Amino acid sequence: MSSLLVGVDKSSSSRRAVAFAARLASESGASLRIVHVIPWSPYSFSTPAENEHRSASKQLEIAAADQQIVQPALAVTEEFTVTPTTTIVHGSPAETLVSMAEKLEGAHIIVGRTGDSKFKQVIFGSTPSKLIQISSTPVTVIP
Amino acid sequence: MSALGAASIVHATTVDDAINDAVSPAANFISGIIFYSVKIGEPGTLAYVEIPLIVVWLIVAAAFFTVYLGFQNIRGFTHALDLVRGKYSDPKDAGEVSHFQALATAVSGTVGLGNIAGVAIAVSLGGPGATFWMILAGFLGMSTKMAECTLGVKYRKEHPDGSVSGGPMYYLRDGLAEIGHRKLGKFLAVFFAICCIGGAIGGGNMFQANQATTQIVNITGGADGVLGEWRFVIGLVFAIAVGAVIIGGIKSIARVTEKVVPFMAVLYVLACLTVIFVNITAVPDAIGQIFVGAFNPEGIAGGIIGVLIQGFRRAAFSNEAGVGSASIAHSAVKTSEPATEGFVSLLEPFIDTIVICTMTSLAIVITGTWADPSIEAGVATTSAAFGTVAPWFPFLLAVAVILFAFSTMISWSYYGMKATGYLFNDSARAEIVFKVVFCVFTVIGASLSLGPVIDFSDSMIFAMSLANITGLYFLARVIKREITQYRAKVKSGEFAMVKD
Repeated sequence: MSSLLVGVDKSSSSRRAVAFAARLASESGASLRIVHVIPWSPYSFSTPAENEHRSASKQLEIAAADQQIVQPALAVTEEFTVTPTTTIVHGSPAETLVSMAEKLEGAHIIVGRTGDSKFKQVIFGSTPSKLIQISSTPVTVIP
Repeated sequence: MSALGAASIVHATTVDDAINDAVSPAANFISGIIFYSVKIGEPGTLAYVEIPLIVVWLIVAAAFFTVYLGFQNIRGFTHALDLVRGKYSDPKDAGEVSHFQALATAVSGTVGLGNIAGVAIAVSLGGPGATFWMILAGFLGMSTKMAECTLGVKYRKEHPDGSVSGGPMYYLRDGLAEIGHRKLGKFLAVFFAICCIGGAIGGGNMFQANQATTQIVNITGGADGVLGEWRFVIGLVFAIAVGAVIIGGIKSIARVTEKVVPFMAVLYVLACLTVIFVNITAVPDAIGQIFVGAFNPEGIAGGIIGVLIQGFRRAAFSNEAGVGSASIAHSAVKTSEPATEGFVSLLEPFIDTIVICTMTSLAIVITGTWADPSIEAGVATTSAAFGTVAPWFPFLLAVAVILFAFSTMISWSYYGMKATGYLFNDSARAEIVFKVVFCVFTVIGASLSLGPVIDFSDSMIFAMSLANITGLYFLARVIKREITQYRAKVKSGEFAMVKD
């Protein structure tokens, strides 16, 4: 059975990606997993006070992401006959999606075209373009 | 100059002088106790030497743990690098404090003016040979650091809100209680916390503010220049910046500094290398001076012991091994094995002393600025060495110095705050009082002359080691057990690499 991994953030194209993935899943019977990756790097720099509260902050970030991003994405899937699973993790968005996909059989990654702020895209490149470069599974980008 | 301008300069001088006069006697008194020295030889002769027992205390502990833990500073070095590179990190811990982050935070707390000014003082007083002993002290210090950071994680406290507190206060209290020395543990923990507050205010604050101010004054024309009479104003600016972060909670300033400091450290090392390459022909001679000076110094008070003491003292002040401060920073990391943080932390004295301090020292020795009597020993010596490359090079140093000083002040304010929190049961009011006092001493530190500042700074930081190392000896078996069982797990593959 194939698995659809849809990477989401706050953007509207991300919601369109969820709708697309949900339709595809309900038509094909594939499993659907909604994934939000909170951008994080083990090589960033932080103050001692931030480190002290890091575990607590991590939980807050996950709760916020669930409420603001994952739950709205789940709401989008309600009109389709699918029961998606959800995952919220910290890491580099593109790399995390790819490594999750590699662990699944017949995985297919679906993301929205525009994500983070324009400024960040210019500096660091966007998640979709990075996905296309590094993914070993099919990637669909929804405009 | 207008009459008003002249009047305010007179006023400024008296402010600096008044602060100096008020604080110096107290500083001298405290350092007299901590730096109780054994005196050997005839005073006034070159054979005369004072051996501060506290330096012996630190170095004996470092040597003891190096041998007792089985030279992990050599054998565990590559393993430490693997840990920092995340090869053993559980993907489930993504989003927690990584080994790299804990190390980076601790390093930006230790890499400060001790690496730039402290080394200059060591070489000025002890000659080039002090470098050799400094490197040796850094090497041995890796083991003490490993011991204290392992314990820091093992005995840290997790609060209901998910935050963590760790450090010598906790392992002294709880670790010693476990082995049946409850009262002693409690006493040592309180003693440590009090000295930690003093150390935060002294070495972590006044010394940093003092030397950063000196460098700013230096590049703007020296004591007779535009800012020469305005040291306390520079101190005030530092105090406001520090206050904005630690009292005002303006994290963005701290975050920018934390991000810039590692690059600054690399830039600093590159700048030192530039000084070295510009004078490349002098390198063999400088290395010769370091080795000859280490064992057979000429014209240095106290001979070989005098040189050794200078090297050891400044190395200890710079990398803080045995002091216990880094243990506070390292205890925030997420790990199931306390020993992992011990291994990671042994890289700290390596980066701080064996790499960065050695760079400073080579730059000073090669250019010969350490022997120039017209330069006040300290950051000015390093600045003069930088000045031999290009007139604008000391400005680069000034930027490095300001950032190093600032990040060290932020880190130490945190250590001091945790110590205050320990003493006053995490009372928010006590912590805010500490933060205000901290900022006041930033101004005082900037205004004072170097002598009393460095004596006070050294004595409080070294006093922390009295309690900390006593505890380390008591807990030596616990540390060894922790490290041995961890190494066995790594060997058996129970604690395995997650990725290659």
